[in-house]
Amino acid sequence: MRIGLIGQPNCGKSTLFNQVAGYRAETGNFSGTTVTFTESKVRLLGGIVTVVDLPGAYSLAGTNPAEQEVIKYLTSNEIDVVVNVLDASNIQHGLLMTIELLELNIPMVIALNMMDEADRAGIHIDVEKLEALIGLPVVPMIASKGRGIQPLFVKAYQVGQKKQVPPQPKYDEQIEAAIDVLATSLHEVDSYLNPRALAIKLLEGDQFVLKELPEENLSIKADLKAVNASLAHQYGGSADWTISDARSKLANQISESVIKHGLRKISLRDKLDNVLLHPFWGYVGLIMIMYLFFQIVYSVGGMIEEPMMGVFQNFEVWIEAQFANPKGFISQIIIGLMQGISGGIAIVLPYLVPFLVGLGILEDVGYLSRVAFLMDTLMHKLGLHGKAIVPFILGFGCNVPAIMSTRILEDKRERFISAALSTLVPCAARLAVVFGLVAFYLGPGLALAIYLFDLFVIAFTAGMLNRFLPDDSPGLILEMPVYRIPTLRTIINKAWWRIREFVVEAWPLLIIGSVVLSFLNFINASTYLNMLVRPLSWVLGLPEQVGVPLIFGVLRKELSLVMLGQALGSMDFPTVMTPVQMITFAVFVVFYVPCLATMLVIRKEIGVKAMWSIVALTTLIATVAGLVARIIASIFY
Amino acid sequence: MKLLDAPKNVLYKIINYTGGRGIDAKLRQLGIYPGRTIKIIRYAPLGGPVMVEVDGRAVAIGRGIAAKIQVEKI
Repeated sequence: MRIGLIGQPNCGKSTLFNQVAGYRAETGNFSGTTVTFTESKVRLLGGIVTVVDLPGAYSLAGTNPAEQEVIKYLTSNEIDVVVNVLDASNIQHGLLMTIELLELNIPMVIALNMMDEADRAGIHIDVEKLEALIGLPVVPMIASKGRGIQPLFVKAYQVGQKKQVPPQPKYDEQIEAAIDVLATSLHEVDSYLNPRALAIKLLEGDQFVLKELPEENLSIKADLKAVNASLAHQYGGSADWTISDARSKLANQISESVIKHGLRKISLRDKLDNVLLHPFWGYVGLIMIMYLFFQIVYSVGGMIEEPMMGVFQNFEVWIEAQFANPKGFISQIIIGLMQGISGGIAIVLPYLVPFLVGLGILEDVGYLSRVAFLMDTLMHKLGLHGKAIVPFILGFGCNVPAIMSTRILEDKRERFISAALSTLVPCAARLAVVFGLVAFYLGPGLALAIYLFDLFVIAFTAGMLNRFLPDDSPGLILEMPVYRIPTLRTIINKAWWRIREFVVEAWPLLIIGSVVLSFLNFINASTYLNMLVRPLSWVLGLPEQVGVPLIFGVLRKELSLVMLGQALGSMDFPTVMTPVQMITFAVFVVFYVPCLATMLVIRKEIGVKAMWSIVALTTLIATVAGLVARIIASIFY
Repeated sequence: MKLLDAPKNVLYKIINYTGGRGIDAKLRQLGIYPGRTIKIIRYAPLGGPVMVEVDGRAVAIGRGIAAKIQVEKI
């Protein structure tokens, strides 16, 4: 049996999924970050069921292709029963989608989640009355504390087995009449939707459904026109408005008759927001939280990197001692292999793990949305909305999910700009370079300076891009979730999921790259590669050997530091590079060509042209920024 | 009057929204539509968005949009 979970953003759907699934899911407070399907096998009543976590959406209005896919998936026979997760503290909005789901005529159960938060807000829900009104089983629960989960899935299992289909919600007589007229003429049409649902979607002006109507069937289109006109006459608004208004009224009616408002306890949200969103203290808090965040990442990472590097260096000496000819082919290949492995363990993971855990906490607590609120004005200066801060912040972890998250932006122009700008955000891999090279040897203050410089470059680039692609978009609309204490489980799951990407996809490449480099080194090919990059390294005042690390860095940015050590013959960088060179190298690596994985995602999400434009743009930016860094650093050193 | 001109922490009733259809749909999903009561609870500094509360849910909306939401005193 397959059980599908569906619900609006911030209803706790992903928390519920994580409670039963164990691993492989992402949760967050940000509207729209749950974009892909995730599923997991779960033990239930002695058998095994599959639980599918569907993308979060506010409605099934078919305003975007993702919602359309969800509808198709729900109505296919693949799903046996749908669990509609509602936020008990806010059922009115959740019910809007419930009504849309009811129209699909599929077996369904309601999970009334976050009963504790409703209680705190002074909202008491009459569960039995709600069940009677919508004709569906309703199971109250608290997913974050694991309460009510077992009864919910048992209920869902029963409903799925009986294929128990809920009754249809009823609108005003005139609307029902209009739906009937259309549904009758749609009976012949082959669609994944039932005639009534199809009729309602057509009245709503759903473009996807409209496109799928058979071209030759002109009578349906004529009927649609006639019904639209009569509804407009009766209600004084377009049909889509009439339907959504009727739905809102129905949701209102239901929620008002089942909710009893008690005394609202003083909301934590109000109290915390008074400080965290304060016109002055809010920004002080933002800077402090970010500074603390980076300090913790740096100190945890440094604590692990230092002793680990020592261990690996000793190991390397030991390996060379085992061979009669330490510069021979086999010994060099083994050392290359080991450097790839140690690069992952000692340089990347020590920073990546605390970083991802910290980012996950900020996201799930609900602070990232607050950052969007605080930063909206500034983002507008970049020609973007506060919402576009999401790819930027995710970009600090990895540019790949950052590019993916540009999906939450509606506007094509905004997507290109935020994709281009978020490739300039130093990801965890580049963080490893900046921290491993600059912070470790020259102090964390300087690393912070590079980050500030990075922000400046992003702002400057945004200014240039806006000149060519002027802004004509409306404003921000973003829900501010209530503050929540995230569960350890979701944080660990999320961090693991992101770390897994590195371990499974990137690390092997890193090891292969490292071995290939050893090989190239052995046959002395690096001289030619270095010559290729020489014009650039000369302009930036970098040692000739940086050519190879920079070329291989396109594979993965963290490679460039490991390979730099290899190419220069020492991982103790101050002995082979001047401070100015270290800073210039770090700055160049931060900006030049996004890594291969990022390039591929840009191609997939936005297009080939965008990918090459961004490659060209970033190379140019990196050269200029590197030069500026060289000049400024020369003043101080 | 415009929602944007409404004083903080006073309840108003939404009359209509005079902007584009896409925005209208998004506002509706978050519970901001004619007939609902709404109040401004916070302003972001330097011309940033305003935070409104509808039925206990907090939503940040840009000033441009807030200027297109017509409200009346209850």
